[in-house]
Amino acid sequence: MYSLTLIQASWIDYVVIALYFAFVLGIGIVASRGVSDSVDFFLSGRSLPAWVTGLAFISANLGAVEIMGMSANGAQYGLPSVHYFWIGAIPAMLFLGVVMMPFYYGSKVRSVPEFMLRRFGPAAHLVNAISFAIAQLLIAGINLYLLGAIVHALLGWPLWVALIVAALIVLSYITLGGLKAAIYNEVLQFFVIVAALAPLTIIGLHRVGGWGGLKDKITAAAAQGHGSPAAQQLHSWPGNDLTGFSSSFLSVIGIVFGLGFVLAFGYWTTNFVEVQRAMASQSITAARTTPIIGAFPKIFIPFITILPGMIAAVLITEVAKVKAGGSVPGGSSGDGVTFNDALIYMMRDLLPNGLLGIAITGLLASFMAGMAANISAFNTVLSYDLWEHYIQRDREDSYYLRIGRIATVAATVIAVFTASLASNFSNIMNYLQTLFGFFNAPLFATFILGMFWKRMTAAAGAIGLVAGTLSAVVVAFLSQDAFGSWSTGTLNLSGQGASFVAAGAAFVVDIVLSVIVSLVTKPKPDEELVGLVYSETPRSSLVDADAADYPWYRRPVPLAGVALVIVIVLNVIF
Amino acid sequence: MAEKKTAGAFDIRNVIGALLGLYGVILLLTAAFHGSAPEGTNNDDNWWGGIALLVVGVVFLAWAKLRPIVVKENR
Repeated sequence: MYSLTLIQASWIDYVVIALYFAFVLGIGIVASRGVSDSVDFFLSGRSLPAWVTGLAFISANLGAVEIMGMSANGAQYGLPSVHYFWIGAIPAMLFLGVVMMPFYYGSKVRSVPEFMLRRFGPAAHLVNAISFAIAQLLIAGINLYLLGAIVHALLGWPLWVALIVAALIVLSYITLGGLKAAIYNEVLQFFVIVAALAPLTIIGLHRVGGWGGLKDKITAAAAQGHGSPAAQQLHSWPGNDLTGFSSSFLSVIGIVFGLGFVLAFGYWTTNFVEVQRAMASQSITAARTTPIIGAFPKIFIPFITILPGMIAAVLITEVAKVKAGGSVPGGSSGDGVTFNDALIYMMRDLLPNGLLGIAITGLLASFMAGMAANISAFNTVLSYDLWEHYIQRDREDSYYLRIGRIATVAATVIAVFTASLASNFSNIMNYLQTLFGFFNAPLFATFILGMFWKRMTAAAGAIGLVAGTLSAVVVAFLSQDAFGSWSTGTLNLSGQGASFVAAGAAFVVDIVLSVIVSLVTKPKPDEELVGLVYSETPRSSLVDADAADYPWYRRPVPLAGVALVIVIVLNVIF
Repeated sequence: MAEKKTAGAFDIRNVIGALLGLYGVILLLTAAFHGSAPEGTNNDDNWWGGIALLVVGVVFLAWAKLRPIVVKENR
């Protein structure tokens, strides 16, 4: 009989876990003393220093889905998985900081959809705000479900108990302290996650005999047909295995344009979960530096997520068997070991009690922070974008603060239900997540065109957005497996390659249609575009007055340059 | 109210420093006094983890002490 708990936690590990939760709730309580109006609650009073918002910026994305997903990619594909970081996230984060943030922060909008409203009017705004709000609820539910499943697998608690306890903890610290509590917890969580993953990586690397030993073992395993050829697993380019394209040239194009330019830029520059963190900072320079400071730790995250995955594939018997094409019963889901379990098995085999407790805490923390980020972005969009504009206008500030708190409670309850749904229909959840991913690519196209082309009209904004999203959905249906058995297989695309092409199609269709529609409809008058479009905005309102006097390490552009150089060097080495 | 006050316990660096420092101490105590570890794992690894965490925790506490955040009183 397969044992209920995968890991032998001792009382020491429970002490470590309990200590963390005491700190988390403490932050919520202390932060609640500082909340006096809705800007405090939703944007934490625009008062945080850039290093805090910068770490929160990447932490909000460093949910456990990301950590376990990336180590799974590492175990399955090897080094090409780094493209999600070095081609995807980093350039997009730098672009957000250097080019787009001044418009977000300078126009004093309180959310990304609100920028949409000011630039393109209600139609585009509603599409954006509603799809975003629903997506956040869904993703919060998925995070919560995975958290429950992990607690169940690691500690043996029943799933529903784990769900409710986790939901209550997240709920209490967000309703008490608002965004500030969420951000402070994200920063704390960042350090706990690093403290969890770094020992795992170092001990793991030591066991396999260092980087050289790891390469030898992967080469030996690949020679027996485990996974793709060693050359592909040990070099990030051209990444055929990742994209599913047999042509190396197309694979490189797919990664650079599809993953890098469209998917990653779409995600990082328009996703309010991320941008909200930067909007909470104290000045325009701090807001611009937020994603750029975040980029530095982000550059090195593959070393503690993808690398342990690669190690697990040669060091952990269960994971190696899966890679060899076998199936192993058990795993965290109970339905068999998958690559997603790589990290958990690493924890089981490498970490003594004590370090083990920190690793469990890191995983729990990252699930909860992911969920908290979704919920705090959801309550802002619901209160400011939907409620204030379409349901109850012009009420006093305390009214919207109350709506925000009610929305938080409602979102948590809905997330618990979504989570129990996810446990029954996991495939459908996956496809829905794929679907919501498609909202980002056309958003980026619409934003970037709207920020730099004043002729672009309101109708073009709405039509481009809808048509772009639909074209991505069509490509996904025509591919072989993006929507599982619902996909028709008309196009010979599978795996990540299908998402890259779908996103690329969405981007191109959005741009082309937006241009055509703009040329036949009437643009907004110039004076309404101040602060929203580059050519109509005075340069002085895009930077702080004294920004030029800051030392280089506090100025966004030089910092971004340094990060870019590091990424290029890493791409050349690996 | 023009008087300045420091963020004190509310400074996130103190929170990070305290948590990581405590974790460091717990790991060191575990390394010293805990007899067993799950099969295949090595209790001595807690020495390294403990020292590293303690050092990072102390650095954060020291940073907060040396460069305190001054909070402007509410308008």
